[in-house]
Amino acid sequence: MPARERSFKVEAIVLRHSDWGEADRLLSLYTQSMGKVRAIAKGVRKLQSRKAGHLEPFTRVNLLLARGRDMFIITQAETLDAHQPLRENLERLGYAAYIVELLDQFTFEEGENINLYRLLAESLGRLDTFPDPALVVRYYEVRILDLLGFRPQLFRCVSCQAEVKPEDQYLSAEMGGVLCPRCGAIIPGAQPISMTALKYLRHFQRSSFQEAGRVRLSPGINKEMEMLVENYLTYHLERGLKSPAVIRRLRNTFQGETSSKD
Amino acid sequence: MILPEPIQNLINALSRLPGIGPKTASRLTFFILHAPDEVAENLAKALHDIKRETTYCPICFNITSSGREQCEICANTERDEAYLCVVEEPLDVLALERTGGFQGRYHVLHGVLSPIEGVGPDNLRIKELLARVRQGLIKEVILATNPSMEGDATAMYLRQQLEPLGVQVTRLARGLPVGGDLEYADPNTLLRALMGRQDMGD
Repeated sequence: MPARERSFKVEAIVLRHSDWGEADRLLSLYTQSMGKVRAIAKGVRKLQSRKAGHLEPFTRVNLLLARGRDMFIITQAETLDAHQPLRENLERLGYAAYIVELLDQFTFEEGENINLYRLLAESLGRLDTFPDPALVVRYYEVRILDLLGFRPQLFRCVSCQAEVKPEDQYLSAEMGGVLCPRCGAIIPGAQPISMTALKYLRHFQRSSFQEAGRVRLSPGINKEMEMLVENYLTYHLERGLKSPAVIRRLRNTFQGETSSKD
Repeated sequence: MILPEPIQNLINALSRLPGIGPKTASRLTFFILHAPDEVAENLAKALHDIKRETTYCPICFNITSSGREQCEICANTERDEAYLCVVEEPLDVLALERTGGFQGRYHVLHGVLSPIEGVGPDNLRIKELLARVRQGLIKEVILATNPSMEGDATAMYLRQQLEPLGVQVTRLARGLPVGGDLEYADPNTLLRALMGRQDMGD
C-alpha cells in the first residue's frame, strides 16, 4: 500500500458505531486489506447524509478512506451487502451482534487477516438465510479460535496425551483442550463435555461449512456447546462478552411467550 | 504557573464535558472570569437548577420540571390518548413536537436495544410501556425509534411484545429525505421508498 496516497479504496464490514461530535459517527471497521481500523464518518447523523444508509453495522461496503490526522475519514461509501434479511429477525440480529463482538474483542488494529475477513463476511451472509442460525454461530466460534491461534486440542488429552476415547470427557479453557475422564476429574476448572458435543466441535474444526452445515443440532447440545465455548472464549479474552446475556434475555422472552400461549 | 484554586476547579469541571479538552476549558474559564458578574451567576443558577428542578414524568418518562405530577403533554386533556408515539430520547419528542403534526401522546424509552453494548430490554422503559398499553385506552402505538440497526431491533422487539395486547402497531415510514438525491440513496432506503410509494391523487 503506497503510504503517501491521500485516499484509497477498501472493502470493509462495519463492526460497530458510536456517536461522535455534533453529527458524526466513529466506526469500527474490519477491512479486507488492512484488518481492523477506526474511521470517522462525518455528518452521518444528519438525515440528508448520503453515506448514513451505507454505514450501518454489519453492512459490507466499498469505502473511500482519506488519511486524517489520527484516524481515517470516510469520504465515500457504497453498499455491497446490506444483510437485509438479518435486520428483519431479532434472533439473527442478536447472533450477528455476537459474532461481530467476538471479532472486535479478539482483534487489535494490527494489520490484515484475509481469512478472518472472509469468515466474518461468510458468516454474516449465512446468518441472512441459513435455516439454523445457531449452527452458523457454533461453527464460527470454532473457526475464529482456529484463525486467532486459540485452537483447542480436541483429539488428545492435554494432560496425559492419551488419545480421546468415545465417551464423555472434560474441557479445560486454561489448558486449551480436552481432558480424559481421569485427568479431568482432578484438574480444577475443567468442565464436563458430552461425547456428542465434542464430536460436533471436532467435526467443525476439520470441515468446511458445506459439510458442517448438514449437522442437526438438538437444542440441548446447542446449549451445551454454547456454554462451553463461551466459557472457553471469555477465558482467553480475559473479559466477559456483552451480547450473550442480551441474546439469552431476548430468547427467554420469546420462549416464555410461546409456552404461555400453549 | 500555579493557578488559584477556584480557577483550576472550574477548568477541571469544564474539561469533564464531552468535546471539551483542557485548552477549551481554560479559555471558557477565563472568559467567565472576565465577563460581567451576571454571566457567571446566570450560568451557576442554570447549572444548579438543571438537576434540582427537573425530573422524569412518571407516565411517559419525558423530562419535565420537578414538582409537576405529570409532564405538560400527559396533563393536556386535549391530546388524544388513543395514539402513543414511542421514541428513544427526550430530544426526539421535541423534534416531533416541532412538526406540529402529532396530537397524541409519547413514551420515552431512554435508549435502544444494542446487544453489542450489552443493552437489553430491562435497561429501557419497556415494562412501563407495556403496562400503559395494557390499561386499554391506547388504540395505536407508533414506533418512532431511529431508522438504524439498533432502532429497528428495538421496534421489532416492541412489535412482538405489543401485538399480543391487541393494539395496532405502526412504524414511521422511511424514504427519501427532503432535498435528497436518488443517485446517492442506499439500496435499503430506496427499496423502502419504492415499497411505500403513495398515490399522488390524495
